[in-house]
Amino acid sequence: MSLVIVDTGVANLASVRFAFERLGISPIVSDDAEIINKAERILIPGVGAAPYAMRKIHQKGLTPVLQKLSQPVMGICLGMQLIFETLEEGGEKINGLGLVPGSISALDTGGQPAPHMGWNTLTPLKEDPILDGINDNDYAYFVHSYAAEVSSATLASSKYGADFSAIVRHKNVYGCQFHPERSSRVGAIILENFLKVSA
Amino acid sequence: MLARRIIPCLDVRDGRVVKGVQFRNHEDVGDIIDLALRYRDEGADELVFYDITASVDERTVSPDWVGAVSKAIDIPFCVAGGIKTVEAAGARLAAGADKISVNSPALARPDLINELSAAFGRQCVVVGIDTFEENSTYRVKSHTGDPNKTRETGRNTIDWVIEATKRGAGEIVLNCMNQDGVRKGYDINQLSAVRKVCPVPLIASGGAGATDHFEDVFKQAHVDGALAASVFHKSVIAIPDLKRDLKARGIEMRI
Repeated sequence: MSLVIVDTGVANLASVRFAFERLGISPIVSDDAEIINKAERILIPGVGAAPYAMRKIHQKGLTPVLQKLSQPVMGICLGMQLIFETLEEGGEKINGLGLVPGSISALDTGGQPAPHMGWNTLTPLKEDPILDGINDNDYAYFVHSYAAEVSSATLASSKYGADFSAIVRHKNVYGCQFHPERSSRVGAIILENFLKVSA
Repeated sequence: MLARRIIPCLDVRDGRVVKGVQFRNHEDVGDIIDLALRYRDEGADELVFYDITASVDERTVSPDWVGAVSKAIDIPFCVAGGIKTVEAAGARLAAGADKISVNSPALARPDLINELSAAFGRQCVVVGIDTFEENSTYRVKSHTGDPNKTRETGRNTIDWVIEATKRGAGEIVLNCMNQDGVRKGYDINQLSAVRKVCPVPLIASGGAGATDHFEDVFKQAHVDGALAASVFHKSVIAIPDLKRDLKARGIEMRI
């Protein structure tokens, strides 16, 4: 199985790489269009600010590359947000990669501390191979201030103040708002399922 | 529902995990990776590694063990100690740390918090505060890794929490020094006062000695996480038992 972690120039790539290595996969970290196109699985990581991340992706010429992939793709955390159509962050409204319909906006925590940081429960809403072995109220590790509302693309939701999308899927593209690489057993199951889903 | 976090703190000196009482008389408690794996297996929600000598000796944290920890464990961890620049923080995050924590260097140059937040996002930026109660006021101390070099900062703890979060801190770890290592319970009054002004996650540190102490700090001070060291290192409290007991007492726990 060949898996490329897209080098967006902003993410902490080591922990995602180590997570796949624990599953017996040796990911390639790359921003090369040819290498990305040839991979069987693509992972879009990301931490930090969305406008800065999108600028880096544009600068690297990766926007059209990431928009034309047909193999299974997964965005994690900020990478999950970048796959949406529009992102509102810090008063700025920018275009995302547009791989999943919908938008990203500030999570309404209902007065609770922000960012939403820690282990929260997943509520599966739809059947999908990515959720095989995941049960209602399994915990995953989240760190974020922005989120996607629950929509027809939502496979699993979570709640912190408002309900939001924890896992989404549109066609070949998955997104995880939490960090599977830091979500212990639950995260490992999801990454393993991602390697198994049919292309 | 978001679970409250149980966070073992591993004080690191010269590549080993150590623990002292009120920051003094450090004793060796084990290997970093061995302890990290043990706590992961026991159900720790997160780990914090404090290089307790770093600020004092002007040293930086060895990135070697940061990468080794990231490779070994699949729960989040935070690295603290000696981080004075965006570059130093970036190196640790690149090695796989999920968060970095700044304490004395942020007191010396508060703009560091803004710089870190701008570079990596506030979710990566933890501000650790060593606070001491004197005559009913809470004062911030710095360079607490060595009792001979500990300094008064002239800062009021409540004011510093407000300033640090305005500057971009994404989490506050409040270490109440009067309580540290003596296992008499967290400083509920002080943590409650800080909770009122702290809009980001707040982690209690210093004083855990019994399951009741964790229950009190979650129920009375409404902190997001509770950090402890000696009770875990010395197996006074087993994490699986602690989490089960707290859950039975109505506190949301990841079991």
